[in-house]
Amino acid sequence: MSIPDTVETIAINIDGVDVQVPKGINAIEAAKLHGKEVPHYCYHPKLSIAGNCRMCLIEMGMPMRDRATGDPVMDTNGEQKIGWSPKPTIGCSTNVSPGMHLRTNSTMVKEARNGVTEFLLINHPLDCPICDQAGECRLQEFSADHGRGVSRFIEDKNVKPKRTRLGPRVTLDDERCILCSRCIRFSQEVAKDDVLGFVDRGTYSTLTCYPGKELANNYSLNTVDICPVGALTSTDFRFKMRVWFLKRTNSICTESSVGSNTTVWSREGKIYRITPRQNDATNDTWMTDSGRGLFKETESENRINDYTIDGVSEDMEIVAQTAADLLQQGKVALVGSAHNSVEEQFYLKKISEYASASTNIIAKTGDGDGILLSEDRTPNLRGALLNRLITELPNAAADSIDSQIQSGAIQTLFVVNEDLTSLGISQESLAKVSIIYFGSLANQTSKVATVVIPTLTVFEKSGSLVNQNFILQQFLPAIPGPKGVISDVLMLAKIVEKMTGDTIEPVTLTMIWQELSNTIAEFKSITWQKIGDEQGIQINPRAFLDLPFVESKNLKFDPTAFKEANSTALES
Amino acid sequence: MEHQQYRLIFKHVDQPDYSNDIECYIKNGGYEDLKKAVGMQPEAICQEVLDSGVRGRGGAGFPAGMKWKFLDRKSGKPIYLICNADESEPGTFKDRQIIHQDPHQLIEGMMCAAYAIQAKLAFIYIRGEFYEGYQILERAIEEARNKNFLGDDILGSGYSCDIIVHRGAGAYICGEETGLIESLEGKRANPRIKPPYFPAALGAYQCPTIVNNVETLCDVKHIIHMGGEAFSKIGTPGNTGTRIWCVSGHVQKPGYYEFPCAGVTLGQLIFDVCGGLKPGRKLKAVIPGGSSAKVLRADERFKGKLKDGTDFDWGVEDIPMDFDSLMACGSMSGSGGVIVMDDTTDMVEALANINYFYAHESCGQCTPCREGVPWMRKVTARMCAGQAREEDADLLMNIADQIAGRTICAFGEAASWPVQSFIEKFKDEFIQKAREQAALRNDGKPTKIETTLI
Repeated sequence: MSIPDTVETIAINIDGVDVQVPKGINAIEAAKLHGKEVPHYCYHPKLSIAGNCRMCLIEMGMPMRDRATGDPVMDTNGEQKIGWSPKPTIGCSTNVSPGMHLRTNSTMVKEARNGVTEFLLINHPLDCPICDQAGECRLQEFSADHGRGVSRFIEDKNVKPKRTRLGPRVTLDDERCILCSRCIRFSQEVAKDDVLGFVDRGTYSTLTCYPGKELANNYSLNTVDICPVGALTSTDFRFKMRVWFLKRTNSICTESSVGSNTTVWSREGKIYRITPRQNDATNDTWMTDSGRGLFKETESENRINDYTIDGVSEDMEIVAQTAADLLQQGKVALVGSAHNSVEEQFYLKKISEYASASTNIIAKTGDGDGILLSEDRTPNLRGALLNRLITELPNAAADSIDSQIQSGAIQTLFVVNEDLTSLGISQESLAKVSIIYFGSLANQTSKVATVVIPTLTVFEKSGSLVNQNFILQQFLPAIPGPKGVISDVLMLAKIVEKMTGDTIEPVTLTMIWQELSNTIAEFKSITWQKIGDEQGIQINPRAFLDLPFVESKNLKFDPTAFKEANSTALES
Repeated sequence: MEHQQYRLIFKHVDQPDYSNDIECYIKNGGYEDLKKAVGMQPEAICQEVLDSGVRGRGGAGFPAGMKWKFLDRKSGKPIYLICNADESEPGTFKDRQIIHQDPHQLIEGMMCAAYAIQAKLAFIYIRGEFYEGYQILERAIEEARNKNFLGDDILGSGYSCDIIVHRGAGAYICGEETGLIESLEGKRANPRIKPPYFPAALGAYQCPTIVNNVETLCDVKHIIHMGGEAFSKIGTPGNTGTRIWCVSGHVQKPGYYEFPCAGVTLGQLIFDVCGGLKPGRKLKAVIPGGSSAKVLRADERFKGKLKDGTDFDWGVEDIPMDFDSLMACGSMSGSGGVIVMDDTTDMVEALANINYFYAHESCGQCTPCREGVPWMRKVTARMCAGQAREEDADLLMNIADQIAGRTICAFGEAASWPVQSFIEKFKDEFIQKAREQAALRNDGKPTKIETTLI
């Protein structure tokens, strides 16, 4: 790993090799930068230091100086002697300082690690064959690396509860708990919901909730992620699937404009769980519980699986042609969505232009929690603005659409995944216009639509989204969509083809990005490849800084600071 | 041979006409040293304490003046003084006597120390079991407050400081200073990691804090009284002042005895001062500094060089009772709890008893101590229950080696040292136990022998 030039570095020595590391980091991170693993359980880079697992014990020494004179003490070779600490020290709370020497693999260090490993295992149930954590368990991995293979423990193991409900989504297997306190620190420091703690003493210490409370906050499942063993388990995922069978796909959480980076875990077309993926610019290593449940939408009973005209299944070519014909009749209004990807919005913009349509987006807002759930409950409002699909922030009502239907100014509605009846437009009003419904879930609007085009969910397609910080991020398909349903971008391109008579070949995201980078100034020189390679690309937000975005301050976004930073950049 | 005690701290303890109220204390010259102290520069007192060479009486024996020097005075945060009255080391019962019989001595010593370090507030952390001591202290503090020996503008000096007595809830680990601070703050007494949480910089409420033992704080009063130099003349260089030895076990007259450091040898203490062992018994082993100190075997010989370069060649009975001599013999003076064992003692059972205590008291925060110490308890308990194996001695030693030096606080050592020393010095008994039980098993007899193990 390379260290950015902007970071101040110092010289230290790791296992006899002089290296440069950033100032102030701890020994675990310093060793990691130079390819040395210091095993650890309780240390987590995003949490405070507890120092209780003792797995990261290493040897530390400093160059010796004479106590009286302060002069360096030299050895016979004329090199400064190193005063090694007689006892091993924990790497997590040892911050590097100039000249520090570290031994990460000496005999003393190995003995210490082996000792800790043995201690952790003596009361461990060793139920790996039925444990959900197996395959991604630090204890299992380090036991293979640092364990003795046989047990010297012939006494009775401690017996503790095997299934304690800590909250609606988290179940504790107490026997597996190694009391690292990561979950407690997470609850205090990140989720700001101080409900977890230890009771009882010594080897009988037990993780529990504060009396009368439960681990019910919207971040509770992060404790399952950071649990280094199989103690905290997701009640939803528990005993469902072995993790090594699961395929991992990079995705983006579409719950709000935060755009948490996620990993979707799937097997044979079925998603089993979603976990956060580290991105220090958007979500650190966390995500909301609510965002993890969004995949259930893929298996919804309301899922639209067929291309239909007036409720009758039709070939998609005919459906596309019918939609194009309707759109070309004029008096079209397009109700787009900030849930669409940048690429889909790009085609929606084309449709809107060719159909001379008025374009709306319905705002989706809710309460923010100041952490990783923002007020704007759409993942790509910035994308719609960058695409110039809309020029102002949307509002939550559809009154103007309703009045235009009444006045006859609208005769065709192109609706993207939106239920207009829930926005106060009556069934009678909707009956006056021809509706092209473009969405994944059926609703009152799709039921009265002339043309229904099924779409894919974020888990079934590729694309990119622009989050609250104007960071462009990519998501990839984890599972296939319903049989016979093509991707949203392909379908939109097909409608554009039918409208213009031009053939767009081939419709790929690479091709779309060539056009996007040529036509939209903010996207200049960005390629589809590049979005994937770099974990998020910062887009220039200057053109939109004066818009009154709804997000208030949260973990990774501070509206005032964001505006200030980007306007000063403009001046300079 | 009669050995005269040097009663400095226990001057009035056990005097028939001495009571623990303030009138009696003042009548005997009490609080004169506080009056003297508040007339001095605080730095001058710190210097006196440094010059006196007084070492901490709680166990580690770290020079108190040096500890005070480490105080972070530049942080701008308030400074706190905490008196560690948790006295939880098995075999120790000196602080209890001070609190019960002469509480004002402690209060005076504390206020002198508080003034010297310019503490904003002082605490006495007293173990929960000392309920009577707690009541005595509360009353004594009220008396002292009424006479303006503490509280606002103490004796017109312009310096204000009060004492808050905080009762523990019964945990050995609260005697560890950072565990004590956590407990004082209302949390679980999990010791803090050092670095960065050295109390002198980041102590109670993340402010600079000094934690001293009851006896150490009493010594401060006497240092002010006689001056640091005079105090340093008591005992030997590097081992100054008096020490209270709490002798328990198989001696005729167990109790507390105050002597200058190195004023008596271990043999004199046991055989002369404490009246020797019960008739017909022979000395087998001594734990000289509370149950966590390494055990000394009666027939051991200790050879080596002292700090000042002089050679020594001692039997157990020749060891001078002070910090450095006991350390030179591989043990420590610790908290002054001398536990004497005669030849009726079953060393496996004795160790099982000690292990039971430490396994019960491990706070459970860090792995080696939490898992290792109860493992040692299970092994020794099994050995006593008739299932001893010959390899258990080596196993115990190895477990102890895996704990010591790898834990957050010194509890790891406290729990390992007894095991390491018992096995090192009495390994034959551990193996013998296994063989005896195997022989009994062969004969079809029960191997479990009734013990008095708690």
